[in-house]
Amino acid sequence: MTTITIDAAGIHYTPLNKQIRQAVRDGVSEIILKNVMGQRFIGDGLIGNVKITIHGVPGGDLGMFMKGPTIEVFGNADHAPGNTMDEGTIIIHGASGDATAHSMRGGKVFIRDDIGYRGGIHMKQYQDKRPVLIIGGTAKAFLGEYMAGGLVIMFRMQDEEPYAEMGLASGIHGGEIFIRGSVEEWTLGIGSSARPATSEDIDRIKSFIFEFSQYYGNDPAKLMNSSYTRIAPVSARPFAGKYTWE
Amino acid sequence: MCGIIGVIDKQRELMDGSSIRDALSIMDERGSGEGAGYAAYGVYPDYADLYAIHVFYDNLVEPKTQVEDLLETWGMIEHDEEIPTWEQAGIPKIHTPWRYFFRPKTRLMQRSRTPDDEIVKHIVMEVNKSIKGALIFSSGKNIGVFKASGWPEEVADFYRVEKYEGYLWLAHNRYPTNTPGWWGGAHPFNLLNWSVVHNGEITSYGTNRRYIESFGYDCTMYTDTEVVAYLMDLLVRRHGLTQELAVRALAPPFWDEIERMPEDIQRLNTALRLTYGSAMMNGPFAIAVASPDSIVGFSDRIKLRPLVIGEHDNKVFISSEEAAIRTVDSAIKNIYMPKAGHPIVGRTVA
Repeated sequence: MTTITIDAAGIHYTPLNKQIRQAVRDGVSEIILKNVMGQRFIGDGLIGNVKITIHGVPGGDLGMFMKGPTIEVFGNADHAPGNTMDEGTIIIHGASGDATAHSMRGGKVFIRDDIGYRGGIHMKQYQDKRPVLIIGGTAKAFLGEYMAGGLVIMFRMQDEEPYAEMGLASGIHGGEIFIRGSVEEWTLGIGSSARPATSEDIDRIKSFIFEFSQYYGNDPAKLMNSSYTRIAPVSARPFAGKYTWE
Repeated sequence: MCGIIGVIDKQRELMDGSSIRDALSIMDERGSGEGAGYAAYGVYPDYADLYAIHVFYDNLVEPKTQVEDLLETWGMIEHDEEIPTWEQAGIPKIHTPWRYFFRPKTRLMQRSRTPDDEIVKHIVMEVNKSIKGALIFSSGKNIGVFKASGWPEEVADFYRVEKYEGYLWLAHNRYPTNTPGWWGGAHPFNLLNWSVVHNGEITSYGTNRRYIESFGYDCTMYTDTEVVAYLMDLLVRRHGLTQELAVRALAPPFWDEIERMPEDIQRLNTALRLTYGSAMMNGPFAIAVASPDSIVGFSDRIKLRPLVIGEHDNKVFISSEEAAIRTVDSAIKNIYMPKAGHPIVGRTVA
């Protein structure tokens, strides 16, 4: 187990990513990045079992196309962390921007606080690849827009009133979303439906509740004893008749 | 793309331009090196009651004579000089920036509650429409816009923005998409007290332009953003709306949202939508608007462009990215994302 530390202050993302890739080629198992300030594309397309710890505020598209590594961020992330990620884990001790987990196709993204608009947009799944987005806080509008697969779980730790952001799961045609508590009827977007989660549902998401609680040092009891709403597609082809007439 | 950073100090404490330069440069990737600019409020204390008119000249002969004739007709030039610039490898100096400190003759504009502003607005429109080789790009009191085609750090160094001190800064890094990059198309766009920076596209530009031109504003910059400056001038200075209500008119809630509002708020929002239907802006945008006592940030109603707000002691920040705010203020804790379409206002208290 070898660890290296890189001071990212003032370094552009291209040489920074080159250093990260070189370290992974050299067999380093943990990379600690200090003073990260807005550098985009960190860990993009990276393959391996390396752990990257980030102190600071990484820029957009953190871990895009990544396959395998674990990234833990002590700070907020910008837009689209986990964009089209394939495998691995991103754990953010803070908030994240718009399009978090955009088009994700595998692996897990954990956000301790809130996320921006269009979280989980067009997440997908195929055979054993099933991406998971877990949000400790709340999400702005259009959560799960055009979702084609995968799983979104949102705890809304600081909120007890019903979820009220428009376009929830608008255009969803695969996958499922669990939101702690209830959602306002008008939030549901085109092609989505909501019902209370059953105990079988909770059994399926239980392991993620424990994993989330472990990363952020929460007592899982509150989350386990809560009720959830499950949002899922009405049909696999919600726009079948929109552009053509059959 | 495009990058925005703005900051206001509510107590009007002055900041030099160096940290705004660094913050904008953090977002170099959001631009393409074809336009960047800075607006600073409070930079001309010696001439605070005069209009600071910044002009790009293609040469210093015909256009300059014509502009000066027009200024002398409508008032007095109390001082003028070339705006100092320092050569940068990436910025061919195709225009010469000049500044005038101008006092309008109030009595020449009879039918206005704000005759001085009306005179200066008239001059800006006249020069930009009719005088070839001259472009007025800044025309407020104690306000300076400094912009050109180039990367954020090059434009900052070209004007040496660290030599200017303002209590409010607004800066922009441009990625032109629909029209070519040129000096006049760089942001901020300014008219009188208003300065505007914008990330996105205003797809309703045609409708908005027809509307604003019917009130005597001429669009001459080949880009959509200038209508925002003119719309703010019309709605706030001339129609007397607050900035918050003006933003409501430009980026109103959807009808189904209005239906869910309490009755009195519903009536207000309905009236705004009906009155200002042609001022409503569609398309993806994040915008920051500055005036001498405030900075306002808002995005389009479905949030197709990024916008974050930071607050720390007396400062309010508006930016495309959190990292830009932290570059100016590393100790800041309160950073959040505003609700789409909702204005966030930082206002001076002194």
